[in-house]
Amino acid sequence: MKVAANQYPQEAARVLREEPQVRESVTGATLNFDSKRRQAYAEVDAETWRHWAESVKNHVLSNLDRYLLEAEASLQKNGVQVHWAEDADDARRIVADIARAGQVRKVVKAKTMVSEELAINPMLEGMGVEVLETDLGEYIIQLLQQPPSHIVGPAIHLNLAQIRQLFHERFQTPPDASPEHLAAVARQLLREGFLKADMGISGGNFVVAETGTLALIENEGNIRLSTSAPRIHVALVGIEKLLPRFTDLAVFLSLTARAATGQRLGTFVSLIQGPRQPGEPDGPEEVHVVFVDNGRSSVLADPEAWETLRCLRCAACLNACPVYRQTGGHAYGYVYSGPIGAILSPGLLGLEETKPLPYASSLCGACFQACPVRIPIPKLLLTWRNRAVQEGLSPRLEAAAIKGYALAMTQPWAYRLASKALRLLPEKALDNTVVPVIKAWTEGRAGLKPSPKSFRQMWEDGEV
Amino acid sequence: MKVALFITCLADQFFAEAGVAAVRLLRHLGCTVEFPEGQTCCGQPAYNAGYWAEARQVAEHTLGVLERADYVVLPSGSCTTMLRTFYPELFREQPRRFAQAEALSQKTYELAEFIVKVLGVSHLGQGLKGRRIAYHHGCHALRELGIKQEPLTLLRNAGAEIVDWAAAEECCGFGGLFSVKLPEVALSMADRKLSTLPPTSQIDFLTSADGGCMLHLSGRIENRGLGLPVRPLASVLWEAAQ
Ligand code: SF4
Repeated sequence: MKVAANQYPQEAARVLREEPQVRESVTGATLNFDSKRRQAYAEVDAETWRHWAESVKNHVLSNLDRYLLEAEASLQKNGVQVHWAEDADDARRIVADIARAGQVRKVVKAKTMVSEELAINPMLEGMGVEVLETDLGEYIIQLLQQPPSHIVGPAIHLNLAQIRQLFHERFQTPPDASPEHLAAVARQLLREGFLKADMGISGGNFVVAETGTLALIENEGNIRLSTSAPRIHVALVGIEKLLPRFTDLAVFLSLTARAATGQRLGTFVSLIQGPRQPGEPDGPEEVHVVFVDNGRSSVLADPEAWETLRCLRCAACLNACPVYRQTGGHAYGYVYSGPIGAILSPGLLGLEETKPLPYASSLCGACFQACPVRIPIPKLLLTWRNRAVQEGLSPRLEAAAIKGYALAMTQPWAYRLASKALRLLPEKALDNTVVPVIKAWTEGRAGLKPSPKSFRQMWEDGEV
Repeated sequence: MKVALFITCLADQFFAEAGVAAVRLLRHLGCTVEFPEGQTCCGQPAYNAGYWAEARQVAEHTLGVLERADYVVLPSGSCTTMLRTFYPELFREQPRRFAQAEALSQKTYELAEFIVKVLGVSHLGQGLKGRRIAYHHGCHALRELGIKQEPLTLLRNAGAEIVDWAAAEECCGFGGLFSVKLPEVALSMADRKLSTLPPTSQIDFLTSADGGCMLHLSGRIENRGLGLPVRPLASVLWEAAQ
């Protein structure tokens, strides 16, 4: 997919200025998700669950080679065809080959972020294959030709009026149709899609190495239909999505649902164990699992960033993030947005392409508090910032200023001097100035007013 | 009890009265207050912006300045976090410095936390009777240090009412350089936070332990003409003791 992460500061400012309804929609929805998550966490011993999940994931990641081979063997035993995609090109080629071999003309898709990452839709459409997104939110943004703006709620940036308008234009629904009516219209259209499709594409929340089980969580039932109605089912799965044993699934399924939407369990959980067996009335004839690397193994090999791969893509960190809430996901310029995007995107794409993202945070820590697998997001944001500095990617002026700052702060006389100078500045200087940093400060904030005397001065003058 | 006050650079320059109030309050509670002369800034601006080498320089300086103190008390949650949590992080790979940082970490406290946890005082006086206060939790104090009840207890026990504020625990958008690197986002965060306050006519003032948050919030409040005074927690606690 096209990457525009370097545009983050400009895009964020633009969205705030030109699309205030995004902020409103996203704030409302994320606050709602977040409070549901809190309630759902409160029902269980969340801290114990989080620590346990963290350690299971760490164990998997530390032994990933072994678990991937075990998963491959188990999947194959179940009759699943396993593919390995080193990068996005590989993945597209694999999906294209499967589609060609199966003479696929229509594809239904269940929501999958990894297929966005790999730009599967444009590739299929380029082959003349018709692609239909079947998640309601995904369907809506497909109509608008937009990428998802949130991991769990892809159309979270839109409000009801916009969706009404869209459906009114496309499907001649009444301009004031109820949400139920809109959903019913979409359901009708999607239903036809399921029946006609040759191939279904899904992601995968988990693959159990021991049993070769592919687990999928959802609320609409479209994933179940996409993976069972068409002749061919292809699941695109990041290599980090493994769990060791079948017994691990129970807590992970509930933890993910609680973190994502505050539910105890998704409305539908599909545990896919392979293609249709002889004598079974339905199910796909072929099931393919494509294990996708696309930069993940280099994150895994990174001693400071590997913890990022524990991610379950629950979006709890997005929902908790006051920065994400202002602009939604599109401003981040890549498929993964919000706090997880700010640490995952540099890992997958390199810092050159993504350098503003680690700075897109006030380091408030709400993301870490929300994360079900305890990814230390603030610490990782700082790590990426530090790398940007080390690689000389930070602005030169800033680097010089910080060097000067460090010098002044290690020489008490220099600190005093600066403190004096601050008080000698004419009032206007701190208010209406051309110095870029102060200008950025005073646009929207009243000017800085130093205390008439610094505390240090008062102490030295015996006034304290 | 001997206490070293680390004033933090923002308080020193912009909220000098917070330092004065902290000293008076600590003396009032029976402490001997020292002001280690060589102190400057905790190094957080460099640390948060990714300049760890420079942050280490400043941290080394501070470690030296505070080495002999029994207790270090700061009128700032985020600078307390810097000394207590991030200094040891910075020196993970230098055993000698790490030991020094750990020692400092053990004896460093935010003001309200120190009063409640170390001095064992939770009633300062009745100086805040009838005051209606909006309390902004600084993110570092709240999430990195787990300081939440201490300041509220002191304020309430002095007769103040803490107003219901849905976003009291939400980030105000300051975030150090964040507030100038992404000013639109930072301001929008402040607006969202302020928009969840009860009408300002029902609040006497807003208070917080963090200078950065206060600069940002008060700057925004003034700019928008909201007419809500913002006061440093230290000053409010001193008033509580009157
Ligand atoms: S980083 Fe944590 S909270 Fe964010 S999406 Fe991943 S698992 Fe969920």
